Amino acid sequence: MLRTEEMLLNVGPQHPSTHGVLRLIVKIDGETIVDAEPVIGYLHRGTEKLAEDLNYTQIIPYTDRMDYLSAMTNNYAIVHATEQLMGLEIPERAEFLRVIVMELNRIASHLVWMGTYLLDIGAMSPFLYAFRDREQILNLFNELCGARITYNYMRVGGVKWDAPPGWIDKVGEFVQYMKKQMDEYHGLITGNEIFIQRTKGIGIYDRETAIQFGLSGANLRVTGVKWDLRKNQPYSIYERFDFDVPVGQTGDLYDKYLCRMQEIVESLKILEQAVEQFPEGGSTMGKVPRVLRVPEGEIYVGIESPRGELGCHIVSKGKDKPWRLKFRRPSFYNLQILPTLLKGENISNLVAILGGIDIVLGEVDC
Amino acid sequence: MTEKEKRDPASSEEAGETLSADNRAQDVSPKQPGKREETDRTDSDRPQSSQKQEAAREATPKTPRPAAAGRARPAAGARNRPAVKKEEEKPLEPSPLEPVLNRFVEIIKEKAGAEAIEEAYVNRAGRHLPVLVIKRESWPSVAGLLKEDPGLSFDYVRNLSGVDYETHMEVVYHLYSFAHSHQIGIRVKTDREESRMPSVQHLWKAADWNEREIYDLLGIRFEGHPNLKRILMPDDWVGHPLRKDYEPLDKEV
Amino acid sequence: MNLMMVVGPVLLLFIVLGFVTYAILFERKVIGWIQNRIGPNRVGPWGLLQTVADVFKLLIKEDIIPAKADESLFRLAPVIAFVPAFAVLAVIPFTEKIQFADFAVGLLYYMAISSITIIGILVGGWASNNKYALLGGMRSAAQMISYEIPLVMSVVGIIMSVGSLNLHEIVEAQQKVWFIFPQFVGFAVFLIASISELNRTPFDLPEAESELVAGYHVEYTGFRFAFFMLAEYVYVFAMASLTTVLYLGGWNAPFGLTFIPPIVWFILKFSLIVFFLFWVRATMPRIRVDQLMQFAWKVLLPLALANIFITAVFKEIPVIGKFY
Repeated sequence: MLRTEEMLLNVGPQHPSTHGVLRLIVKIDGETIVDAEPVIGYLHRGTEKLAEDLNYTQIIPYTDRMDYLSAMTNNYAIVHATEQLMGLEIPERAEFLRVIVMELNRIASHLVWMGTYLLDIGAMSPFLYAFRDREQILNLFNELCGARITYNYMRVGGVKWDAPPGWIDKVGEFVQYMKKQMDEYHGLITGNEIFIQRTKGIGIYDRETAIQFGLSGANLRVTGVKWDLRKNQPYSIYERFDFDVPVGQTGDLYDKYLCRMQEIVESLKILEQAVEQFPEGGSTMGKVPRVLRVPEGEIYVGIESPRGELGCHIVSKGKDKPWRLKFRRPSFYNLQILPTLLKGENISNLVAILGGIDIVLGEVDC
Repeated sequence: MTEKEKRDPASSEEAGETLSADNRAQDVSPKQPGKREETDRTDSDRPQSSQKQEAAREATPKTPRPAAAGRARPAAGARNRPAVKKEEEKPLEPSPLEPVLNRFVEIIKEKAGAEAIEEAYVNRAGRHLPVLVIKRESWPSVAGLLKEDPGLSFDYVRNLSGVDYETHMEVVYHLYSFAHSHQIGIRVKTDREESRMPSVQHLWKAADWNEREIYDLLGIRFEGHPNLKRILMPDDWVGHPLRKDYEPLDKEV
Repeated sequence: MNLMMVVGPVLLLFIVLGFVTYAILFERKVIGWIQNRIGPNRVGPWGLLQTVADVFKLLIKEDIIPAKADESLFRLAPVIAFVPAFAVLAVIPFTEKIQFADFAVGLLYYMAISSITIIGILVGGWASNNKYALLGGMRSAAQMISYEIPLVMSVVGIIMSVGSLNLHEIVEAQQKVWFIFPQFVGFAVFLIASISELNRTPFDLPEAESELVAGYHVEYTGFRFAFFMLAEYVYVFAMASLTTVLYLGGWNAPFGLTFIPPIVWFILKFSLIVFFLFWVRATMPRIRVDQLMQFAWKVLLPLALANIFITAVFKEIPVIGKFY
């Protein structure tokens, strides 16, 4: 028997496929992974610490930078928790605008995931197709709030900007356009033999493991758990819309892909209904005191971000600044399972499995 | 819970008093809740807080009142300042989740001893979440119970955070059960200087990194954690940034 | 004659360099179009000077040799990789007249010489003293050796039909029917194996930028890096030529369209193959390394062997036999 030595391979923090500044210390035997340890914190900016010295409105732009692929849901997490604690009423129009931008953002985020995932696996073109379509969403956001990535759009009590004239129609047009585009993606990727070979049966975990690790979002649903906070603990006006929660059966990477693609379709469904029911006129800001003082108390609210349960835990002491603000970041929870998944895998599966988890380092490190 | 119910009229009366006094001086007073909260803490942590303001102590009833009333009441009472009077008039309706909470309390009292639960209340502001404050000493057994007991079976960690209350540290767990679709908030207090907590990493793997994060940012040591080292900050960092007494390098920032 | 011996290769070198320059531009343009982009269009009209600028940049870059690298091997590796790539061009018959060396074992010569490049890549990966480079180099060696076997096996069918290893004679034999038709299985195996030999997507595991960063040439900069890239694209040139010669009838005109000069036909068929390579690159994800090996040994090799068997059988059947 030939004696072989294990080798330590340092993947990242600068590496094309770690989706940011994640570092993995991988112990490999030949090309088989023996052990892997994620090292995080390279993008830690201390959002939670900073928030303790900021009033609630000032915190919102910081949340933009957490999950920078889906800033709207981050905005909503903090705004929603604050409103719940204050017991504020949100005008109908603002709720609709919020749902529309959040669902648009979910589509944009899933498109980026799909593109970069295929890039990880080695296919270049889907990335550019995905960005072409995401660009349309960003243009819509640009028109709405003047920003493409970091929106700072929502406020406690409503939204900052009303939709410009014709904007809602444009969203409607986009929904129809995007529905057609889905066929193109399925034609290009879903049936591709190499893609199936690389994702089917890879990175499998079962329901118990997923729950044990606190996974959420598509990472949990892929094991068959129908857990979507928009359905299970409805917030905003999601109860009014008819949509499904796609779940997987096997829990492999291919299922994750199908799940996320289906989520795009479901988001389009919500958008279609929201555009149809969009109220004429009305205010976009509720009655909110000039200085936001959140009454003493404690609240934890989770919402469904594209990556999973994005929670916001506020401890208030009645000041205009939170005493303690904690974000439950889905990527942080989801990344924990990585070492378990990587053990015994081939090193070529490393990026495929890591990409499948769909992490955003800005969120992991917060 | 019953304790709290009994206490409620008295406490709301007190709240009304201070509020009306404040109302004359200033419409919305930032001092008022702060003061009230201090009095609460004085009561709940009597042994530690010997040098608390005398005035504050006098303002509160002499009976040793658990923090439950203090915590639940301000959350609900101070919800929106103008509405306080209204709520004062009609005593709070029992929360719809009251029976759920009572069931949790029963199971835990039965299997882990009555002294394990310091207090139990429904956090009305936080979407009527049943919350238990657990004694640190009993936390390992209660945690095991929460996970394994067929009536509870909380298998999913929704959130895990640590809070520095200046008088004490607290670790807050938000657990969910897929089997029963119910959830619970658990708060475990620990001493501020010698902050230690039993780790629950072996029960919920999700707690692993979270405990490391809390250790990193708040300095609570989780006993029994296999790999308790810094996770977000650099390994050679001095201090724990989220502690209230942490002094940043550059205060201007 | 003597003059031709000197001028010819130099001329070919420049043609090849010109090809590489514009093949890269063409690749970037084609992939750009496939991906809804414009592609390079800043340097020169229509981006024509883009590659020239790129090469110029590589030439003036600092030549970095990592402190812990094996210096002499590190310097030698790009040369070992490039020289065989150019040497194999000697036997390719572009037209009836334009061929540098017409000898009996042309095909064998091509296969044999092209294998030397593996040593260059392996040496480069090892000498860099970098883990990614080492992994890339090892993968590359395993992959190229594995795929050499189906590659050679797939052309055995042609050798049996023609009864010669001489490339000139192989083209002559295709005057009526190109080998792509009777030898279709062989062609498919050959095409797949040749993409793998070229280390191109979907078989670009030695480089695999999303896994191994850049594989064996991760530590190379400037001119040495350019040599690796040059070797890769010269192989594209050589392999596309060889495919044309073996399966697409070389310079032979189809449908009796002989008024178009043979060299144009050759270039057309050759361009088609090159385009196909770029097209595949823009479409396919990367296959995994163990699947790659399995594919070579469990799929391609049996297919190639079956092709040999079928060729041998068909050769003896009266009517069909004349195609073989």
